[in-house]
Amino acid sequence: MSKERIKIAPEMYDIMPPEYQDLVNRATYGKEDRGWKDIGTTKELIEEHSLCAGCPESMAFRYILASLPAPEDTVMVGSTGCTSLVFPMVAVHNIHSLFGNQNAIASGLKRALSVRFPGKVKDVVVLAGDGATVDIGLDMTLQAWFRQEKFTTICFDNELYANTGGQESGLMQKGFVAKMAPVGKQFDKVRLPEIARESGCHYVVQCTVSKPSLIEKVVRNAVLVARELGPTYLQLYTPCILEIGKNSMEGLQEMRDSEKPTERFAYKEFVSEPAKQFLAELAAKDKERKAASKQLAGSTQEA
Amino acid sequence: MAENKSVIGTKNKKGQTYTDTWQLMNEAPRTPSFYTGSEVIKEALRRASCDVMIAYPITPQSEAAALIGELFAEGYIGDYFRGESEFAVMSQCAGAAFGGARVFTTTAGPGTMRAMENFPMWAGARLPIQMIVTCRGINSPLSIQPDTLEIAYLLNTGMLVWHAETAQDFFDWILKGYMVSEEPDVHLPLALCCDGFFVTHTKDVVNLTPADMCLPPYDPYRSPVPCMDMECPPVRMMRDPFIMKSNYISYATHASWQQEVWAAVERSRKHTIKWLNGLIETENADADVLIVASGTAVSQGREAIRLLEDEGMRVGLVKVKALRPWPGEEIREATKNAKHIFVPEFNVTGWLAKEIKASIPNSERVHAGPRVCGGMTMPPEIIVQEIKTALGMKSMSLAGRGS
Repeated sequence: MSKERIKIAPEMYDIMPPEYQDLVNRATYGKEDRGWKDIGTTKELIEEHSLCAGCPESMAFRYILASLPAPEDTVMVGSTGCTSLVFPMVAVHNIHSLFGNQNAIASGLKRALSVRFPGKVKDVVVLAGDGATVDIGLDMTLQAWFRQEKFTTICFDNELYANTGGQESGLMQKGFVAKMAPVGKQFDKVRLPEIARESGCHYVVQCTVSKPSLIEKVVRNAVLVARELGPTYLQLYTPCILEIGKNSMEGLQEMRDSEKPTERFAYKEFVSEPAKQFLAELAAKDKERKAASKQLAGSTQEA
Repeated sequence: MAENKSVIGTKNKKGQTYTDTWQLMNEAPRTPSFYTGSEVIKEALRRASCDVMIAYPITPQSEAAALIGELFAEGYIGDYFRGESEFAVMSQCAGAAFGGARVFTTTAGPGTMRAMENFPMWAGARLPIQMIVTCRGINSPLSIQPDTLEIAYLLNTGMLVWHAETAQDFFDWILKGYMVSEEPDVHLPLALCCDGFFVTHTKDVVNLTPADMCLPPYDPYRSPVPCMDMECPPVRMMRDPFIMKSNYISYATHASWQQEVWAAVERSRKHTIKWLNGLIETENADADVLIVASGTAVSQGREAIRLLEDEGMRVGLVKVKALRPWPGEEIREATKNAKHIFVPEFNVTGWLAKEIKASIPNSERVHAGPRVCGGMTMPPEIIVQEIKTALGMKSMSLAGRGS
C-alpha cells in the first residue's frame, strides 16, 4: 500500500478521529529500519488494548508491531484467544475466523495475495496462542510448514489456555496442576521448535519477550526469511501472570527467570543453510548501507 | 483500488476474452458436448476467471477437483493445491477470499460435515466463495452413494444454496453463481449442490459457451466489507472488541450482523430470479396432483409423470432450483390448487418436504415421499406407486418391496 492512500483530504482533516490523524502523521509505515526504539516517539500500530495490566503478551504485541519490516504491506492472521481482544485495535489488516485454523487461513491468504500482487511484497504473519498453534490447530500448523508456505507463524506460548480460564495445553510443562489437569499434566511440554525444524521451517526461534531488541531481531529475520524462502516459526514465552499467580509487576522477572540457560525458555534457534546464507547477505548489505549513510553524514558535516 | 476502466472485451493471459456475463450466458453461441458432470465442472471453471481453487479427495467429487488441477497446469487458474482436510480447505478458501481472490472448491458428504464450522464463518465474513457439493451419504456405516442429507445442514449457515438437476444446470449455474454471490448487496458464499454420481459420473449432452470467452474477473473492492490486502486504510476495525463482552451493545451488534447476513440472502432473491429465470420451474401446475422436488428427484418425477400420463392421469411438476433464498411464495402460488403434493427425496429425513409444509397452507396435502437413501435409486415406478397408494388407487406391486 502506498502511503499516499492513507492521507486525509484537507477538507476532511478536522472531522477524522485523532487516532487516525496520528496514524497518518506519526506512524512508521514505510520507514526503513523501524524497530522497538520507535515506541514512545511515534504513533504505534496498536491502540489501547484490553489485556490485563502487566500482561507480557501486550508487551510482545507492541514489540512485534514495531518490528514488522513492512507493516504497510503486512496482513496478520489471528486466532481465538486473548490475542483476539487486541487485534481489533491493530492498524494493519488482520483476520480472525475460527479457533485453530490460522495457518490454513494464512495459506489461502498468502497465495491469493501472490496471485493478485505478483512481484510485490505482501507479508503474512500468523499470531496465535499455544492452544491454537499446538493443540487444536497442530495439523494445519504442520501442514503449512510441509507445504513450504511463505509466511511467519508466531506462537504466544503462555503454557495454558488463558482466555478460557487456565486449562491444560500441550505446551504446558509436565506436572503443572491446572484446570483439566487436576492431578498435574501427565506428559511433557510438546517440543514444537524441534518439530518446526523437522517440518521444514527455515528459521525457528524460541525465547521470552524480556528483551525488545531481541524480539525486533527475530521478528524481522522471521518475516524476511519467510518472504524469500519459506515458513518460519517463533515461539515466544508470554506468561499468563493471572493464571500462574503473579502480580502485574512480576511478568518481566518471570520471563527472565525462565530464560536462564538451564530453564525451559533458554534461547533456542534453528536456521536452515539457505536462511543462514540469506541472513548473512542481508547483514552485509545492512552494514554497507549503514557505513554509506555514515560516510554521507560525515561528508555533509565536512561540507 | 478499483479502476473505472472496463475489462470487457480485453483478453486474459490465456487469450480468452472477458465477456459481459449476460451476453456470455444468454447470447453467445453454444456447442453441444457429451461430457460427464465432473468434466462439465472443469469446463465451467475454464470460463470462470477463478483465482484460487483448493482441492481435497473425497468421492464423488475427486475427479472434478483433479480435473481443475489440470486447468491450473494449463494456466487457467491463478493457484491450486491440495489441502490437508476439508476443514483446512474451507479455511484456506476463506483466507484466499479474505485476500480478494475469486475462490472455488468442491466437496461431498462427510467432508462437507467435517468442514461445517467454516460455513457460517464464510457467510458472516461475507466471502463469496463457490463450493460444489456432490452429495453422498454421511452416516455410518460408510457409504459413498448418493444421498442428499448434507444439504439439510447447509440450509441454516447463511450460505446461498442451489440444487442442480442436470449437468447443464451445473455448467450454467457455476458461472451465474458468481454473478449472484459477488453482488455488493449479497456478497455471500454459494453451495451449489448436485446428487453425486447421478450428475457427476454420468455423461450428458451439455451446451457449452465458447472456450475463448470468460467471466469478468472478481473485483474485491466492490465488497461490502474491506478486503484484507492492506490496500485500503487500516483503521481500527472496532472501537472495542465486543467479541467476548457481555453487554447490550455486544448483543445488539451480533444480532444485527446475523440479521444482515440473512437480509443479504433475501437481497440475493432478485438477482437469483434474474439469472436462474426464477427460483422454481413449473409444468402443469394447475393439476390436482403435483410433484415438487429438487435435484435428480426432479428427473425421476418427470419420468413418473410420463408413466402416469400413459395411464391417463395428469400430474404437474415443480422444480425447486434455489433452496436459499427459499422460494416460499413461488411454491405457495404454484401449489395453491393442488390437492395432493408429493415430494420425492434422496434422503431419509425428508427435509424438502418439511420446508414445503412450513411454507404452504393446508400442509396435510404434502406427502413426504417417496424417500430413498443410502444410495438407493428412485425408479419412477415407486413415485407412481406412492401417488396411487395415497389416492387409494390400485397399483401393481413392485418387486422387493414386500407389498
